[in-house]
Amino acid sequence: MSIRNVGIVYRKELREALRDRRTVIASVVVPLLLFPLLSVGFGAVITSIIGKTKEESPKIMILGGEDSPGVIASLKATPKIEIVTAAANWKDLVINKDVPAVIEIPPGFDKAVADQKELDVTIYNYSGDLKSEIAAGKVDKTLKSYRDDVVKNRLQARNLPESVLKPFEVKQQNIAPPEKSGGALFFGGFIAYIVVFLCFNGGMHPAIDLTAGEKERGTMETILSSPVSRAHLVVGKFLLVLTTALATAALSVISMGISFAIANSLHSAPVQAGGDGMSMHIGVGAALSVFIMAIPLAVLFSSVLLTIASFAKSYKEAQSYIMPMMFLVIIPAIAAMLPGVDLTPKLALVPILNVSLLCKELVIGTYHWNFIAIIFTSTCAYAAFALFLAVKMFQRESVLFRS
Amino acid sequence: MIEARGLSKRFRDKKRGEIRAVDNVSFYAKPGQIYGLLGANGAGKTTTLRMLATILEPTDGTAVVYGHDVVEQPEKVRASVGFLSTATALYPRLTSQELVEYFGRLNGLDEPTLKKRVDYIFDRLDMNEFRDRRCDKLSTGMKQKTSIARTLVHDPPVMIFDEPTLGLDIMTARSIITFIRECRDRGKTVIFSTHVMSEVEKLCDVIGIIQSGKLLAEGSLAQLREQCGEQDLEEIFVKLVAPLYSTTEAL
Repeated sequence: MSIRNVGIVYRKELREALRDRRTVIASVVVPLLLFPLLSVGFGAVITSIIGKTKEESPKIMILGGEDSPGVIASLKATPKIEIVTAAANWKDLVINKDVPAVIEIPPGFDKAVADQKELDVTIYNYSGDLKSEIAAGKVDKTLKSYRDDVVKNRLQARNLPESVLKPFEVKQQNIAPPEKSGGALFFGGFIAYIVVFLCFNGGMHPAIDLTAGEKERGTMETILSSPVSRAHLVVGKFLLVLTTALATAALSVISMGISFAIANSLHSAPVQAGGDGMSMHIGVGAALSVFIMAIPLAVLFSSVLLTIASFAKSYKEAQSYIMPMMFLVIIPAIAAMLPGVDLTPKLALVPILNVSLLCKELVIGTYHWNFIAIIFTSTCAYAAFALFLAVKMFQRESVLFRS
Repeated sequence: MIEARGLSKRFRDKKRGEIRAVDNVSFYAKPGQIYGLLGANGAGKTTTLRMLATILEPTDGTAVVYGHDVVEQPEKVRASVGFLSTATALYPRLTSQELVEYFGRLNGLDEPTLKKRVDYIFDRLDMNEFRDRRCDKLSTGMKQKTSIARTLVHDPPVMIFDEPTLGLDIMTARSIITFIRECRDRGKTVIFSTHVMSEVEKLCDVIGIIQSGKLLAEGSLAQLREQCGEQDLEEIFVKLVAPLYSTTEAL
C-alpha cells in the first residue's frame, strides 16, 4: 500500500470537498446551527409561549350553578380567568377553541355539599391544546381547593384532625446521582442518536459525490487512466468520507455541549424529564469517549456508503439506494433511546444499536469495560469487512462501467 | 510501442447474453507513427483502447505497451500512457493547474520536477491566463487544453486518443489534431480511434479497420487502396465493413 498515493488522492478529495457547498453545509453548517437553534432558539420559543399562555386570562364558561353561589364565588375569585356568559353551543365553542374550558355545576350543588351527598363537577376542555389544558388546570385547582376546604370544615365540625384522612404519606426518593437519573439517560440516548445519525448523514453526500458523482461527471475514466491503483484510490476516497463523517459527529457533539450549556444557563431547555429534571451537559471525558466509539462506526458507515454509491450510475440513483439505508441506521439508534433497552452481551453484537446503547451509558459516565471491548472489536470487524467490500467493489469493471 | 496480441473482451448482458466487444485483435504500433483505429459506433474501438490503457482487463489475450504487459503490470502501463477521450472529463472544483499537478503527482513526479514540467506545459500550450481558474469555469477550448496538459504532464512515450474530437467545434478539434501530430513528431507511439474518415486520411500512418470487435484490415492508406481497389477511404471502409455491419448492433 503506497501511503504517498493514498495521501495524494485524499488531499485532492479534501480540497474539492471544502469547495463543495453541499458537503460544507451538511458537515459543518448543519451541526453548528442545528443545536443552538434546537436548544436555545426552540427552547426559548417554547418557554415564551408557555409563559405567555400562563399569563393570559382564559375565558371560562360556567353551566348551571345559579342555585349555588358558594362555588360560583370561589370560581370567580380564581386569579387570571375571565368568566363568560353560558351559551347553548358551548361544545362548539370549545371545539373551535373560542372558549378553552367549560365547567358544568350540577343543580343544587351547594345544598348537596351541605347535605354531604356525592356529586360530580365536570370540566370540559380540548385535550392536547396548550391554552385549554392551562385553563382547565386553573379551574381544576380552584375546585380542588374548594373541595379541600369543605373537607376541612367537615372534620372541624366533628373535632377530627386532618391526619384522619392521611394515616401515612408515600414518597419516592431518587438515590441515583442526578447525572445518571432517567432524564440523563434519555439525554444520553438522544446524544447517541444524534451522533449516529449525523455521522451517517455527514458521510452520505461525499460518498455519493466521489463515486456515482464521478461517473456522472465523466471524471472516473480520467482517474482510472492514471497510474494510481484502484485500491489506493478507494482508500483515499474512503478517508475523505470518514473525515467528513467524523467531522460532522465531532462538530455536533461540541455544538450540542455548548448549546445545552447556554440553554441550561438561560433556563430555556426544551426537554424536562420527570421530577428530577435533566442534567443537560456533556463532560469533556464523556464527549471524547463517545467520539472514540464513533470512529469504528464512522468507518463502517463510510465503507457501506462508498460500496453502495459506487454501484450507482448517477447521483440520483445513489440517493435512491441510500435513503432506505437511512432507516436501517435510524431505527436502532431510536431503539437505543427507549427506556428499558439496555446493553446485553447479545445486543453488544448488533451493529449501530450496540454503539448507540454504549454512548448512552458513556454520556452519563458509566464505563462497562467488557461491553466497550466487545462493541469496539465487533464494530471494527464489521467496519473492516465493509471496507474490504468497498475496495472489492471498486475493482469490479461491471460496477465501475455499469451501463 | 504497442503490441496487441489476440486481445479479446467479452461482456455478459442479461438480455443479449454474451457479447464479444473485441474479438482476437492483434496489431503493432511503432514509435513515431500514428496508428488509426477506424470503425463505426459500437465496433469495439473504445473497448480496445480502454484495454490498452488498462482501464478494462482483457478476457483473453494481452497487449504490451512500452514493454509492460497490460495484464501483469497495469500500473506501469498507465504510467507510460497519456489517455485522452471526450469521456475523460475534468474535476470541476479544481483549478486547471491543480488538476495537472494532481495527475503529475499520481504519476510519481517529485515537487521540483512537477513545478518545472507544469510551468513548461502551461507556457507551451499558452494556458497561463487561466491556470488558477476552476475547471467548471473554463471554456471548451480551455478544458481541452487542460486535458492535453494532464496527459502530457509525465511526458509519456505512448499516447492513446479515443475519439478525441467527438462533439468539439472545428477550432478546438483542429488544435487536437495538431497536438496529435506533434506527439508523433516527438517520437511518441500514438494510437487514435475515430469514425471520421478525413481525420484518418490527414493523420494516420497505419490504419486498422475494426467492426464487430474484429480487425478486418490493416495497413497504410496506399496499401488499403491497393488491397480494396478503391481510392476513396470511405468506399474502402464500406466495402470492408458492409458484410459485418448490422444497424441494430450500431444502435
